[in-house]
Amino acid sequence: MVHDIWLMASKDLKVEFVSRVVASQIVPFGLLILILFGLGLSPDLVVVGDERRSVLEEVAPGLFWIAVLLSALMALGRAFAIEAEDGNLDALRMAGMDPMGVFLGKSLAVAAQLLVLEVILGLGAFVLFGVPLANPVLLVMTALFATVCITLAGTLYASLAAGSTSRDTLVPLLVLPVLAPVLLGATLATRDALFADPGVLGWSWALLLVVFALLYLGLGMLAFGPILEDA
Amino acid sequence: MVQIAGAISLINRFPALAGIDLTVNEGEIVLLRGPNGAGKTTLLRLCAGLAPLNDGKAEILGHDLSDRGQRRHLRRQTGLLAHNTFLYDHLTVEENLTFWAKANRIDTSTVDPVLDRLALSNRLRHVKVASLSAGQRRRTSLAVLVIRRPRLWLLDEPHAGLDVNGRDFVDGLVNHAVAFGATVMFASHDYGRAVGIATRTVVIAGGQVQDADAGGDHGPHDGDEPSDLSDTDLEETSRGA
Repeated sequence: MVHDIWLMASKDLKVEFVSRVVASQIVPFGLLILILFGLGLSPDLVVVGDERRSVLEEVAPGLFWIAVLLSALMALGRAFAIEAEDGNLDALRMAGMDPMGVFLGKSLAVAAQLLVLEVILGLGAFVLFGVPLANPVLLVMTALFATVCITLAGTLYASLAAGSTSRDTLVPLLVLPVLAPVLLGATLATRDALFADPGVLGWSWALLLVVFALLYLGLGMLAFGPILEDA
Repeated sequence: MVQIAGAISLINRFPALAGIDLTVNEGEIVLLRGPNGAGKTTLLRLCAGLAPLNDGKAEILGHDLSDRGQRRHLRRQTGLLAHNTFLYDHLTVEENLTFWAKANRIDTSTVDPVLDRLALSNRLRHVKVASLSAGQRRRTSLAVLVIRRPRLWLLDEPHAGLDVNGRDFVDGLVNHAVAFGATVMFASHDYGRAVGIATRTVVIAGGQVQDADAGGDHGPHDGDEPSDLSDTDLEETSRGA
């Protein structure tokens, strides 16, 4: 299985390196979302506890993760588009590759792309929204856990739509509801990492993301084989 | 080798195969003839373990297609040349072949000789598949098939998109595969050429076999070896040797 994971991940990353879809389309799309949010929201100050913050600072964690989620949809759709374009899912099945290897390999490649995206969007958010950073370790761990959740659940559900001619519209419909709890957990953990507000248990939310990641991993192990079989 | 009885295969609820019966013996080169939509492609995909067997019986290379596990084992032993070329556009010819060799757990040292055989070793090996002509894509797809060395070759319009030399080469490849123990089923609208390499013609219409041995001027194939390929080529062509 390790052979198949590595083979799949390295192939997908190579395709991305050549096609540069993440660099030329997905990253600019994510940045555009952040900028549009910045333009659309009021710069007014709000009072949170003893602090005064701008609306943008206050909503920055949620905006960041929404931008990541929407950008991730493109990356996930792309990950299966390259298999569906020329019937390659059939060839993968004929090669007898381990379905778990395909699942984890594709997840790994998407995760690597998302982490790059998150670094760039994170820097963009700091610049655009001027947020502080109280707990960098929590921020990094939250990003890692949330990325694992998004890629595992996203890869599984995007694979469901892979054989469909309407996969571009199906992927968001399938993936976003499943990732709503991840958005909530990641946003609250990130809020704690940025502001260290009293009453927000950032590490608890981060650990909840770990639980979700394990859940999605288990679901993927059970379901991806039959999905690939019937794709 | 191939034993199909009353097989029904539904594609989007449409019975692409509507109770088909067919037996193919080892070493045969069977030409599937029939109009568009007759079920030739679905039959080839069924034999590859890709199309569903909704009813009836089908045993391919000793694997029962109604069993999911056996279907998976079967797929590794068959090679399908389809309308799709099963290639990644953004990777080069060599990268595609290397990927599929690794995916099939085949030594990547086989890639270079196969590139040579299919005249893909010079300028083309480093060209992205997206930049290839239709014929060159087809040849690259054939190269993947040769690397896999299947026991059962399933070729859907193998001559399509190829020039005369390419078509001759396909014919030679088929003969060599059979010479080393493989069996071939192929669909072709290029009847004049196809009947020349087939040992039997099966006529299909409406998802059923109309004639299991339609005759025709079939050429001899038992052990014939085109002279333009070496013995090393022969060994690489067939798993069954």
